[in-house]
Amino acid sequence: MEQSNMNVNNRSGVCFIILGLLSLGGCVLMGVLGAFKYLYPDTLSGFEFYQLRPIHVSLAVAWIFLAAIGGIYHYLPKYRGLSLVWPKSMPLHFWVFVITGIAILIAYILGKFGGREYWAYPPVLSTPIFATWIMFGINILFTMKKEKGPWPVYYWMWMTGIIFFLITFTEAHLYLIPFFNENIIRETTIQWKSYGALVGSWNMLVYGTAMFVMEHISGDRKMAHSNEAFLLYILSFVALMVGWSHHVYAVPAATWIRMLGYAVSMAELIILGDIIWKWRQSLTPDQKFTHRQSYRFIFAADIWVFLNLILAILISIPAFNLFSHGTHITVAHAMGTTIGINTMILMGSVFLIVEELKGTEFSGWSKKWASSGYWISNVSLVLFLGALMVAGSMEAFKEWNDFYERSEAIMPMLLIFSVSGIGLLGGLWMVVVAALNMLRPAKHQKETITVTAE
Amino acid sequence: MDKSQPWRRVLFLALFVSFFFYSANIYTSGTALNGETAVSENVLHGQKLFRENNCWACHQIYGLGGYMGPDLTNVVANPELGPEYARMFIEEGTDRMPNFGFNQQDVDDLIAYLKHVGEAGNYNPKKGEITWYGTVKYER
Repeated sequence: MEQSNMNVNNRSGVCFIILGLLSLGGCVLMGVLGAFKYLYPDTLSGFEFYQLRPIHVSLAVAWIFLAAIGGIYHYLPKYRGLSLVWPKSMPLHFWVFVITGIAILIAYILGKFGGREYWAYPPVLSTPIFATWIMFGINILFTMKKEKGPWPVYYWMWMTGIIFFLITFTEAHLYLIPFFNENIIRETTIQWKSYGALVGSWNMLVYGTAMFVMEHISGDRKMAHSNEAFLLYILSFVALMVGWSHHVYAVPAATWIRMLGYAVSMAELIILGDIIWKWRQSLTPDQKFTHRQSYRFIFAADIWVFLNLILAILISIPAFNLFSHGTHITVAHAMGTTIGINTMILMGSVFLIVEELKGTEFSGWSKKWASSGYWISNVSLVLFLGALMVAGSMEAFKEWNDFYERSEAIMPMLLIFSVSGIGLLGGLWMVVVAALNMLRPAKHQKETITVTAE
Repeated sequence: MDKSQPWRRVLFLALFVSFFFYSANIYTSGTALNGETAVSENVLHGQKLFRENNCWACHQIYGLGGYMGPDLTNVVANPELGPEYARMFIEEGTDRMPNFGFNQQDVDDLIAYLKHVGEAGNYNPKKGEITWYGTVKYER
């Protein structure tokens, strides 16, 4: 019975990751199409930017959540020895997610909107998403409750990520209630509060995943129980609560909301960077070699943590934010953290699973593509973010007569951004294809039998 | 939940509870309008159209939203632009903005919404007063 349960758990976690990888592939494609639509509006007739952007954003959110959820479903039974309390909910969770995702994409293609930003689709489609998160929450929280010893920090992070997803997702829909909707300041502030806290909640899932991956590679069980790791958790929690406010400095809400956000700033990134740095120092060459691809992605995330940290702190300073707000510097902040930190950490998790499941089978063209894709995507990301930063700085620090003059002036930078986006697309697709080849059902089926036999 | 380190549980619960007080404050006094402005049905319909056509994908309000088109916070309130300027763009579209085919009432309601946004606050980038400790006193 336990073996059969293990088999279901392994397959389901990997299914979520496969769907996440497909979402990432679609996300970067839509991002490149959107960028060229921005530059050359006459191209891609039949598709408008206001359709491409939400598809791109929704697929990015889907990638992050699916990869994190798949990892948690996979790690708890396989490495923590905790069989899930509700394994049969996983296929239901998966298929509800697939069907709802398809419905959302159709809504965008047909031009049917209703919400905003991350949740731009008609709000009725949020109901199944909310229901699946309740299921996921029950399954994971009660499974972690079975843990006998002290909780590693990633349990705390995953628990907080799940609970606060439900809270912020609810908050993002408060505009459906007249008390919130009929006050433009309240409605705008709460919308961005919910988006900021949503990013905080996925950061909890992603940072928790990073802690698990680092613990697993190093074999150091103390790391995830250390006070520094718990400090990272607490800072991430506080940032989740108040860190969003650097996005709404310009909204005329109460002053204390802005001041609190400024005070908290982005301290969590300092701690995360420090933990990854210490972890790297502690690894033996053998440990690095055994999980080479996974290690590389976590290492890349560390570099991007430091680069994004500088920008994050800068835009949290109200005097700098006065100039950077509403410019492409903000886009660089969002893209830099989503691709540089979240995607690199989640790829570290995906390749930990690939390297553990496949062992020496992870070789040949898959390994080469994963390695080349890693370099191509990271080098492209440097150009990609550099172009955004220059464009944003031009918008922020030069005087312009009007929006149109400003837009024309930054076009060359946006062209570099779009071309480097093609490089990013190529690099990430190579990584995605390599991972999919290793995780595809036929090969994975063979592996689960091996695991069960063990 | 982890029972071996009670201080961690206490910290979690303290933050969890404080989040609710913090949120409640934002939901009420933190976002109260200066001088309550009654919202008409036209404004609400304009807001709904703005959302249902995903105008946020390209436009910003208070610098929040997409970057393909301009910020619209004070476009109607700006004496150099005004409602007729906004009407022209909404009715005709541009090479970057499609003509959504709004009827006259829809256009009026979208303008009423943008007028209401402009009355609720002033988004005037680069016009804030910078203090010596890095904060900004925004022009409202």
